[in-house]
Amino acid sequence: MANAQEAAAPNLGPAVELRHMHKWYGEFHVLKDINLTVRHGERVVVCGPSGSGKSTMIRCINRLEEHQRGHLFVDGLELTNDLKQIEAIRKEVGMVFQHFNLFPHMTVLENLILGPTWVRKIPRKEAIETAMMYLERVKIPEQAHKFPGQLSGGQQQRVAIARSLCMKPKIMLFDEPTSALDPEMIKEVLDVMIELAEEGMTMVCVTHEMGFARTVGDTMVFMDEGEIVEMEAPEEFFSNPKNERTQLFLSQILSH
Amino acid sequence: MTIDTGESEALQPAKAVFYNDPKVRAVFWQIVAVVGVIAMFWFLIHNTITNLDRQNIASGFSFMDLEAGFAIGEGMVTYTPANTYWRAILVGLLNTIKVAVIGIVFATIIGSVVGVMRLSPNWLVARLATVYIESLRNVPLLLQLFFWYALIVGILPRAKEAYGPFLGVYLSNRGFNIPLPDTWGYMGLLAGFLIALVAVMWLRRRNKKIHDETGEIKNTLGPGMLIFAVVMMVGWLAGGAPTTLDSPEFKGFSFTGGGEVTSEFLALWLGLTLYTAAFIAEIVRSGIEAVSKGQWEAARSLGLKRGQILRFIVLPQALRVIIPPTTSQYLNLTKNSSLAVAIGYPDIVGVTNTTINQSGQAIEGIAIIMAVYLTLSLSISLFMNWYNTKLALVER
Amino acid sequence: MTDTTEKHEDWSRPPATEVGVIGWLRKNLFSSWFNSILSLIAIYLIITTIPGIIEWALINSVWGDKSPEVCREAKGACWAFIYEKHRFILFGVYPYEEHWRPLVAMIIFLTLIFGSCIKPLWKLGWWLAALWAGGLVMVGILMWGGIFGLEYVNQSQWGGLPLTLFLATFGTVFAFPLGIFLALGRRSRMPAIRSLSVAYIELIRGVPLISILFMASVMFPLFLPAGVSIDKLLRAQVGIILFGAAYGAEIIRAGLQAIPRGQYEAADAMGLSYWQSMRKIILPQALRITIPPMVNGFIGGFKDTSLVVIIGLFDLLMTSRVAFQDINWRPFYVEGYLFCAAIYFCFCFFMSRYSQWLEKDLAKDQNH
Repeated sequence: MANAQEAAAPNLGPAVELRHMHKWYGEFHVLKDINLTVRHGERVVVCGPSGSGKSTMIRCINRLEEHQRGHLFVDGLELTNDLKQIEAIRKEVGMVFQHFNLFPHMTVLENLILGPTWVRKIPRKEAIETAMMYLERVKIPEQAHKFPGQLSGGQQQRVAIARSLCMKPKIMLFDEPTSALDPEMIKEVLDVMIELAEEGMTMVCVTHEMGFARTVGDTMVFMDEGEIVEMEAPEEFFSNPKNERTQLFLSQILSH
Repeated sequence: MTIDTGESEALQPAKAVFYNDPKVRAVFWQIVAVVGVIAMFWFLIHNTITNLDRQNIASGFSFMDLEAGFAIGEGMVTYTPANTYWRAILVGLLNTIKVAVIGIVFATIIGSVVGVMRLSPNWLVARLATVYIESLRNVPLLLQLFFWYALIVGILPRAKEAYGPFLGVYLSNRGFNIPLPDTWGYMGLLAGFLIALVAVMWLRRRNKKIHDETGEIKNTLGPGMLIFAVVMMVGWLAGGAPTTLDSPEFKGFSFTGGGEVTSEFLALWLGLTLYTAAFIAEIVRSGIEAVSKGQWEAARSLGLKRGQILRFIVLPQALRVIIPPTTSQYLNLTKNSSLAVAIGYPDIVGVTNTTINQSGQAIEGIAIIMAVYLTLSLSISLFMNWYNTKLALVER
Repeated sequence: MTDTTEKHEDWSRPPATEVGVIGWLRKNLFSSWFNSILSLIAIYLIITTIPGIIEWALINSVWGDKSPEVCREAKGACWAFIYEKHRFILFGVYPYEEHWRPLVAMIIFLTLIFGSCIKPLWKLGWWLAALWAGGLVMVGILMWGGIFGLEYVNQSQWGGLPLTLFLATFGTVFAFPLGIFLALGRRSRMPAIRSLSVAYIELIRGVPLISILFMASVMFPLFLPAGVSIDKLLRAQVGIILFGAAYGAEIIRAGLQAIPRGQYEAADAMGLSYWQSMRKIILPQALRITIPPMVNGFIGGFKDTSLVVIIGLFDLLMTSRVAFQDINWRPFYVEGYLFCAAIYFCFCFFMSRYSQWLEKDLAKDQNH
């Protein structure tokens, strides 16, 4: 993976860059002056209380939400209203959702090859091979011809990760990928994510899994009330949080 | 009771008192129900026979072979008052099927468009769709039919002064008169159309195959339209390039030549279509809304285009929600076409009603109406069930 | 935009193009070029139609007690026609001096219907049913008369809105219990009872109402023993009830199916008999969730009563039509139909909004 990435990306600038980004819902200021840079190969973990704007922020990165002020660059391209630009960026950015959002009327395999065949325009046979390879990697190749409704939550989320990977993205976004799962299924999803991180994938994860953050995170971002309150390396972030709000949040989340 | 009961009784659970045994009770109540229904029918039939005897009306369908003796305004098969009642009923049946089929097609189209408009991000468009839906849904269909009929008859000029917006097309209070092809040469055009249809289907399959094999996405729409244009042109030339049409002409008291769409048909078709479309629009809206936002987002984050998302993700899922209630709207439209009798369109109910009035055979007449509608309803629901299972099988 | 200009802006507020009137217009009417074109088409349609309609209906129209001649000269709507004929449209051929009776009857009706829509009053339960029974008796006394010094009015003289309300309300009130029995029958474990229910429901649902009404008007008399005759209105009413019961049964069946199996099993485990468990456990829950679709059924029934026109009863639609059969007022059928449509619309629109609200409200209760 890592090799392919380096070959494909001569661009040595940041993978994602948010510069003075603001967003409002009507009059409500959800994102306030967000500045964030993600290098290629960097793993950023975003945490914060609910309603802090962390999901909105990563949804802006592939334009599921529109920002209104400031600049947002993905792999050197600026996100504007230009549809071609948006499509080009979405090709390079994979996203995993809290509720999996698999297509229930298609088999697992069909879910996996839809994007590659219609967006990347890869021959069907090749797409199936790639899909099977990723299904092996998330350890459920035997489920290829089942429908999402027949799988457990953990399996569905692994399929969803594989679906994103089939697009060979440069950047992966995770929007609370484990918070809709039963406790016994969280690990199987996190294992897949850790493996991915070890291969050098650029990742932005919104998650409350602090163990995961410690293991793979390069940078911790703490958000509250639409602002980035603190941004540190994990060791510093967990052992010596500077901001009061971060301390309070960490004490709440780590107390049990 | 057989002799060896004593032996097997020991193996069976203790028996309840017979009138408390649920099985005995069930049998008892069922016998009561069946006997009650039979008794009621016997009573009704007995009364009916007595009454018919008293009024000297012969029962049975033999009267249907007699000469009908009344004229029917329009029909798809030839009919004169000298034909039998059977023939008259057939004309009515075909008229019912005609208005139902055309109504269903247009109600589906208008309903889908309005349903999608209702969900439009454009405030004005969504509001217009809402106004349409609410104002048509909440007013009785019969009133709407009366209204459309009165409007067509009242506003359009008399046949003599028919309004002709295009060459050969006339609008009058008797309906629309339109030119029709007059020679067999036009069959070439039709043949061209059919050949083009097959060709485009083949092109579609080939493009799909190319997409599967190379990933290349080839457009079917543009070349398809070109194929239609060229092949139909060739067909038209092969048929001798006919240019004349059988145009309607006003002679004496009415139009001759061309095709005629009567104002009764027009009013009925318009009323049924617009009314049913309002219901279908709501079904379409709820079907599309049933596909969660997450589906759109997941598809978008894969980089699919809007049209692709609709085609691969939203429509297949929405259709599953939409089809069953739409089927019952189709059934409703078919049954509602019986309101034709109120504005004088000769559908099955209208013709049978005239038959009843002329022959006095009320029971037979109503039996025919009911049998026809039951058959139609049953066929539509069987077809839609078959279609539904087919759709479900393809996807699951 | 360069960084220097950005700093001069007030970044604590959203851009002006995002909020306020401009933001609203941009978001709702001109969010893309396609939407902008749609908006322009819609605005064009509105500009070309609405002023004309307003001119016709309000500005050039004739109001109040005017003669048909005045109307014929005016370019707008002839509301004078409605003014002249409203008593006839609303009450039909009911004796003119006695019109207060159907009016009061109608008010009682509407009070009952509106009252039953108020959720806190549902707690009254059987009292509410008793209120309905009392109300309907009063309506009967008012309409027929013959006692308390009221002049007797034969039902053949009833007409207009009260008749429509009558047919719709009685149609629902009597179809409802019949529908419950049919629904239970269809879900019964006894094959004979189940088949009878299925046959009835599917037969009725497979044919149009008009065929049932024809049956009521021409076949019912043949069914009765010699010497017994039932009034046409009553026959039509019976037809509507029998028709409504089949549709009601399907709505109730859907409600019964929505009750989890555990409820049936729990009722059985408590040792309740079939009728006890239905009355105490299953039906109260099932009926509650069927109320919104039932209201929709009532709306359908209300509109369907207009079909009695075809067998010649004087309901609201018929009186409206007869009103412009008057040679003087012939040209004003559009006004007549609009007036009639407006009355139907008010009822149906209110009821459908009510049912939507109720559905949400009941769903909310479930979650608590």
